[in-house]
Amino acid sequence: MDTLLAQVFTGISAGAVLLLIALGLTLTFGQMGVINMAHGEFIMAGAYTAYVVSTIVASTELSLLIALPAGFVVGGLLGVALEASVLRWMYARPLDTLLVTYGVGLVLQQLARDIFGAPAKEVPAPGWLDGSIPILGYDFPLTRLFILVLAASCVAALLAVLRFTALGRQIRATVGNRDLAETIGISTRRTDRATFFIGSGLAGVAGVALTLLGSTGPNLGTSYIVQAFLVVVVGGIGHLKGTIVAALGIGLLQAFLAHALTGSVAQVLVLLAIVAFLQLRPQGILSVRTRSLA
Amino acid sequence: MLRIESVTGGYGRTTVLHEVSLEVPTGAAVALMGHNGAGKTTLLKAAVGLVRAKSGRVLLDGEDVTALRPSARVNRGLGYVPQGQQSFGEMTALENLQLVGDRAGISEMLDLFPALKDLLGRRAGLLSGGQRQQLSIARTLLTRPRLLILDEPTEGIQPNVVAEIERVISELTGRGDLTVLLVEQHVGFALRTASAYYILESGRITARGDGGSGAHDHVRSQLAV
Repeated sequence: MDTLLAQVFTGISAGAVLLLIALGLTLTFGQMGVINMAHGEFIMAGAYTAYVVSTIVASTELSLLIALPAGFVVGGLLGVALEASVLRWMYARPLDTLLVTYGVGLVLQQLARDIFGAPAKEVPAPGWLDGSIPILGYDFPLTRLFILVLAASCVAALLAVLRFTALGRQIRATVGNRDLAETIGISTRRTDRATFFIGSGLAGVAGVALTLLGSTGPNLGTSYIVQAFLVVVVGGIGHLKGTIVAALGIGLLQAFLAHALTGSVAQVLVLLAIVAFLQLRPQGILSVRTRSLA
Repeated sequence: MLRIESVTGGYGRTTVLHEVSLEVPTGAAVALMGHNGAGKTTLLKAAVGLVRAKSGRVLLDGEDVTALRPSARVNRGLGYVPQGQQSFGEMTALENLQLVGDRAGISEMLDLFPALKDLLGRRAGLLSGGQRQQLSIARTLLTRPRLLILDEPTEGIQPNVVAEIERVISELTGRGDLTVLLVEQHVGFALRTASAYYILESGRITARGDGGSGAHDHVRSQLAV
């Protein structure tokens, strides 16, 4: 029972990290048809933001709380810069965007190496995240719990923005039908930019969170980006609820398989399971249900 | 209000419109008719900005809007109800209206289309074709257009809803502050609504006239229906 619980917690917390990363991707992929491989480097930028904040703010107790919004802004601004300079010319050309953003990602990695050096940087975790908390008899590390709460808060905030604000409705309308949105006066250009800011900002937040789990290096994002794309595709492109289910599902599957077998075999089996799932349901877990064909 | 001057355009390398010119005077209702594939929808899309004109100009109140995006044209008073009862299917009917309207405007639209009152919480993708068309017209009217462009508003809709839509359009044009450009296969509906008509064939205007008593026979002979 303890082992089962331990794997559930491990799976959920791994899923929470994936979810933070995939939330932004599903927004930009769903709305603009952009495969943004540089999303991983926005995670890295968030992590380095946490490092920079930790060198400026003397109090380790406070620096994480300052780094979270700072990471969001840094990630968001990088996203907007990429959108405005390159991607706006490439909407609905997924393969082109994949290649271009892969190149941009490499440039950003080199830039990080030049600025911060190749060796990984450690970001000290605040004292209030030391230790663990017993949940159902299992000692759940506070850092993992914090990431879980952070992911849940980001999901709640994003859902609230999408559901209850004018910007959120405009984003959903643009995802649903870009031409129709334009013809009722919604500037899809402005909406795209706002979406890129939010999506890339969430990657920055994910980067800050990842500093709690390990060190920060220029390649931090590359280890997560492919898995995050798998979450987006399995969840149904542009569907937040599907993304949540997929992130937690993949996290749990990976945790159980890694426990029963080894980490590498688990990764292979998860990939095979995803391929099999997409054969049966290429549109992902969720898809649009409508009476019309339009 | 709207002037289309020698517009040539289409999709990719395919040219659908060949130097089409058309004028919709302020306060008038003009019908554009033609067979399937004649280029009617493409012409409307060129007016709205969804199809870029390769040559020629689109003028709105004398201003050249050819290079403007559709949303910028909407901000200048153009409203467009596309073909096929389009809506944002994943959003509720109310959210569809909230995209463009405030509480007072939405309430006004519900008075104009009472059938929508009980459907506000329902996802638009689950509404019937007639309900979605009423939603589509209401959503466009909320942008406060001075020129309303309608693409086959009665297509595939049951007769009592067609009558409802006709009532609303007549009511709006009767006020005199709305100009209408209408594409319609239903000749009777088009000529009851419009005061002038154009006939488009293979991307070219082949006939035009006023909607007088002889118009019905003239249009039918032109379209051979």
